[in-house]
Amino acid sequence: MEWIQQLINGISLGSIYALIALGYTMVYGIIKLINFAHGDVFMVGSFIGFYSITVFGLGFFPALIISMAACALFGVIIERIAYKRLRNATRIAALITAIGVSLLIEYGVIYIRGAQPEAYPDIFSNKTFSILGAQISIQSVLILSVSIVLMILLQFIVHKTKTGKAMRAVSHDVEAAKLMGINVDNTISATFAIGSALAGAAGVIFGVYYTKIDPLMGVIPGLKAFVAAVLGGIGIIPGAMVGGLVLGVVETIVSALGFSLWRDAAAFIILILILIFRPSGIFGKNTREKV
Amino acid sequence: MKKSKFASLFLASSLLVGILAGCGAGEEGSSSKGGDEIKIGVNLELSGPVASYGSSQNDGFNLAVEEINAAGGIDGKQVKLVTVDNKSDAAESTNAAIKLTSQDNVAAIIGPATSGNSVAQVQIANDSKTPMITPSGTSPNVTVADNGSVNEFAFRTSFIDPFQGTVAANFAANELKVKTAAVYADNASDYAKGLAASFIKDFEAAGGTIVQQESYVAKDTDFRSTLTRIKGANPEFIFIPGYYEEVGLIVKQARELGITVPLMGADGWDSPTIVDLAGAEALNNTFIINHYSAEDPDGKAKEFADKFNEKFGKAPNSFNALGYDTVYLLKDAIERAGSTDGTKIKEALEATDDLDLVTGLYSVDEQHHPVKSATILEFVDGKQVFNTKVNP
Repeated sequence: MEWIQQLINGISLGSIYALIALGYTMVYGIIKLINFAHGDVFMVGSFIGFYSITVFGLGFFPALIISMAACALFGVIIERIAYKRLRNATRIAALITAIGVSLLIEYGVIYIRGAQPEAYPDIFSNKTFSILGAQISIQSVLILSVSIVLMILLQFIVHKTKTGKAMRAVSHDVEAAKLMGINVDNTISATFAIGSALAGAAGVIFGVYYTKIDPLMGVIPGLKAFVAAVLGGIGIIPGAMVGGLVLGVVETIVSALGFSLWRDAAAFIILILILIFRPSGIFGKNTREKV
Repeated sequence: MKKSKFASLFLASSLLVGILAGCGAGEEGSSSKGGDEIKIGVNLELSGPVASYGSSQNDGFNLAVEEINAAGGIDGKQVKLVTVDNKSDAAESTNAAIKLTSQDNVAAIIGPATSGNSVAQVQIANDSKTPMITPSGTSPNVTVADNGSVNEFAFRTSFIDPFQGTVAANFAANELKVKTAAVYADNASDYAKGLAASFIKDFEAAGGTIVQQESYVAKDTDFRSTLTRIKGANPEFIFIPGYYEEVGLIVKQARELGITVPLMGADGWDSPTIVDLAGAEALNNTFIINHYSAEDPDGKAKEFADKFNEKFGKAPNSFNALGYDTVYLLKDAIERAGSTDGTKIKEALEATDDLDLVTGLYSVDEQHHPVKSATILEFVDGKQVFNTKVNP
């Protein structure tokens, strides 16, 4: 019965990784940039959700939507200010800028509100019910369903809407997309908006599930989500979802076997192994870089 | 050239300290030895990041000295405190100690509040043969140097960190009467590791079995998988030494997973934030160890709480109580020494045996670690309620 419980623990953790990984992978897919500030958008989303609930007294769903909207806007602003003018610069310049933006957001938040942690209020009752001897709390069910709904929604946007079509086209070939009359700037902004909204949702979900939030909370989940994105094949949307879930379950199994101190190490060992043996990830096709 | 430059710099800085301290200290220069008053140096964190500890203890000092002087002083001599602010800084703490021992010729120094600032004072105390008592420097290395030798002139009022593990083990085995326990410790802190080690040793010595031993690292947020593993081992009691930021989450997640057994921690749990993080309901049936509780029904503790409340208009915290006790610990030693000579006071302090203080009966072992009672508090609906007092 312990294993069913562990599986639930792993999937809950993994679905948060997956939501953050989606933003990484979408941005990489479209402009080949590892957006290291993504973990901090997740943190900002968590704080926006927190203040919506505590200061404005909103419920979970309004807070989730406000946080997603605000993060979408925030993501677009970051892209317009920091990354747009570097679009034709070297990739290393953009990468270093991303790290700079990440630090700016972290310490900007600390400057505004201080570094002390905050505790998410209990918005769901702590009621649990047991299935096959595993304790499942109502909030983890809700969190899981919200994540799944958001992922389905994303698939719908990418595959059934015009914006999604434009995103796929730009990701495939920027120049050709331009020639077909696609507004590349707007498409990139839309990608940042959607990716950041998902990070904002992950932030609120994280706060509800793990209670404690602080200005540096985005660093480790951000890195883990990056690992998840690489694991699934960076740039591939279903890859990020599967990568996130696999990583969450693997970490949980490592702890469940009694090696809790090796949990973070396990995540990064996976990253190293993937980069050595299958750099394109689980879902990636092995393509040679064009010279 | 270089040497004289250094010397003048040193002179200038000690002069500066002297001036700064002089503001609060009043008249200076007259020796405490042989006069009609006893001068006691106070080296405390009155400003800076941990100023709340220092000022709490200062209130305790002042209350105790007021009482002693009103009752005729020590051996007929009035007690006078010479207070220096070390600004919560180790280098300032050393400067303060130099000033107190060389300029003010104090009979003894009380303070600082933190272990780090106390360690910064130890060398000066040893060199000048001036006894020092830190009210709350809980780290063992205040009184025991790195090479294992005892710092002869250093003493403390509070118990040391590892002692809390012993208290928890005794409480679990004798009061809660549990036979099996799990330990879930913060692997990133020496404090938690020390507590875990002493808990395991003493719980096993009391006939208990440790069924599971797990670790986490500070800043973790997900403890569910390890807690599920602990739950699988079915312990009757879980000892969680660590700090409130993680402990709050551990308690919450443990209760969500259906772990209902008593959980226990030490003074690292003592923060209002833990109630926000864990939730008042999840915290029920958890216990913490602390130096003192304002709700302690014991006569001496109650009397202190009433007096403190009368003077300051609030209930005392453990720092107030430890500060108050420190003065009485020193008074007892000076009376038994019959002198204000540093070495004689030191010898008297070493011989302290079952002294009745607000925070419990107090004796000193050969490493200058106190052997004393500890207070066990239980969380009831988010409030710390006095549960019992455990004697060593």
